[in-house]
Amino acid sequence: MRFSGWQILKEGLTGNHGWRPHWRDPAPKPEYDIVIIGGGGHGLSTAYYLAREHGLTNVAVLEKGYLGGGNVGRNTTIVRANYNLPGNSEFYSHSLKLWEGLSQDLNYNVMFSQRGVLNLFHSDGERDYAARRGNSMAIQGDDAVLLDREGVRRIVPYLDFDNPRYPIHGGLLHPRGGTARHDAVAWGLARGADARGVDLIQNCEVTGIDIDRGRVTGVQTVRGPIRAKKVGIVVAGRSGQVAAMAGLRLPVESHILQAFVSEGLKPVIHHVITSGVGHFYISQSDKGGLVFGGALDMYASYAQRGNLPGAEHVMEAAMHVMPMIGKARVLRSWGGIMDMTPDGSPIIDRTPVDGLYIDCGWNYGGFKATPASGFAFAHLLATDRPHASATRFRLDRFRTGRGIMDEEGAGAQHNLH
Amino acid sequence: MRLPCPLCGSRDHREFTYQGAAVMLDRPAPDAGAEAWDSYVHLRDNPAGATRELWYHGAGCGAWLVVARDTVTHAVFGAELARQVRR
Ligand SMILES: Cc1cc2nc3c(=O)[nH]c(=O)nc-3n(C[C@H](O)[C@H](O)[C@H](O)COP(=O)(O)OP(=O)(O)OC[C@H]3O[C@@H](n4cnc5c(N)ncnc54)[C@H](O)[C@@H]3O)c2cc1C
Ligand SMILES: [Zn+2]
Repeated sequence: MRFSGWQILKEGLTGNHGWRPHWRDPAPKPEYDIVIIGGGGHGLSTAYYLAREHGLTNVAVLEKGYLGGGNVGRNTTIVRANYNLPGNSEFYSHSLKLWEGLSQDLNYNVMFSQRGVLNLFHSDGERDYAARRGNSMAIQGDDAVLLDREGVRRIVPYLDFDNPRYPIHGGLLHPRGGTARHDAVAWGLARGADARGVDLIQNCEVTGIDIDRGRVTGVQTVRGPIRAKKVGIVVAGRSGQVAAMAGLRLPVESHILQAFVSEGLKPVIHHVITSGVGHFYISQSDKGGLVFGGALDMYASYAQRGNLPGAEHVMEAAMHVMPMIGKARVLRSWGGIMDMTPDGSPIIDRTPVDGLYIDCGWNYGGFKATPASGFAFAHLLATDRPHASATRFRLDRFRTGRGIMDEEGAGAQHNLH
Repeated sequence: MRLPCPLCGSRDHREFTYQGAAVMLDRPAPDAGAEAWDSYVHLRDNPAGATRELWYHGAGCGAWLVVARDTVTHAVFGAELARQVRR
């Protein structure tokens, strides 16, 4: 069924009996050309583009729980293309372009809202960095506007401009950035892949990877063995465990990132606003909740929930930047498992095992990458060559030291990103 | 989460800085080769469950600790002074 205004009208007038499930619930077949492990945003996107761009539909996505129950359904939904370094710049630029057409392409409203991302700066040094970053974005062909203090005040007058510790000197505005409805992204991609013939198999945890003389032959799952010519690992925070099934150790450490949402409020924050102070970011969802978060808790974790010091830190940062937020009540908080790499940049590559590929290392910023990651990983799986937008996401860059992409300039070391 | 420092007792984890997996104690020889150094600096077992890691008690005694902890439950099993573990 195609969604349209006409369809809603028709169903509304005829009792809404015509809506159907968005995807089938097939039993696993004994063999597929390609098996994708992980039904998060990136796994579903990979399946969608395998079918759409390469006509490969003898494909299964194996998901341990339910589709979209991982980080794709737990993030703060910020989408932006404001990276500094070659490798990341062209990739996120490509991703933003895919976002701009995604709802039409999927015939599914992912509620992509280009409300603008505003990164505040609080010192001269930060201003220089923002200007440099804006120039990198412009060179890449994306949009960036450097605002002074009065420029920021004009669009968001409610900030604490004269905070004694972190006065606001200005901001870098990225008008094409914004937010999207995270669940709809997962569901829309799932529906698009399913409609083209991909089998989406839920409650199907992969427990082993079969390898014969250096070549992958299939996977073991809780629903039995499945043979495959190629296997793609796309499991975000669980990358370490799944790669270990193939005898691999990854340059990845899994950490906890928390997020928070307030009670629903009338429209008050019209942009995505971020501040380097405690790595704070906030936007308002279409339901009215203020959605916000900060830095990692900063220790390895698979708990999907954080500790109170992390929460306290985020609340403090919020009060520094916009004291009005103190009147809102926090409804919920939760956490997700982040696949952190030493340089903070991702990996889309072959592994040393023939026929086994991996897409991981999205750190705390992989939601915005959802379309482009799937696009590039599908290209790699289908053609055995990296896509032009993702040539630098090499697995071996840490060993060789060639092509490290450390946006923060902190060093390629695990506890620094 | 509280960490049991052998010198200071049970303390709030905010007093500590996390360094990472305790593999950092097994520094390879300078000429051990790229594989060994890659493994030491970058590659991780990244276990879901029991793990051993290095924490620095910066707001306390200043000692480096090897902490045994569970990454799924956040339970802390114990801590030793890194300098004694290393010996
Ligand atoms: C609190 C928080 C805020 C964030 N905010 C942002 C943001 O504002 N902007 C942004 O760009 N990014 C953000 N991120 C990061 C982003 O959510 C992730 O980088 C991205 O979602 C990871 O890719 P994914 O969607 O495929 O992961 P997931 O949705 O986690 O998918 C991985 C899937 O693999 C499955 N799986 C694991 N092991 C197995 C197995 N053995 N067999 C079968 N299946 C398995 C899991 O069940 C899961 O469904 C945030 C993350 C968190 C937690
Ligand atoms: Zn101490």
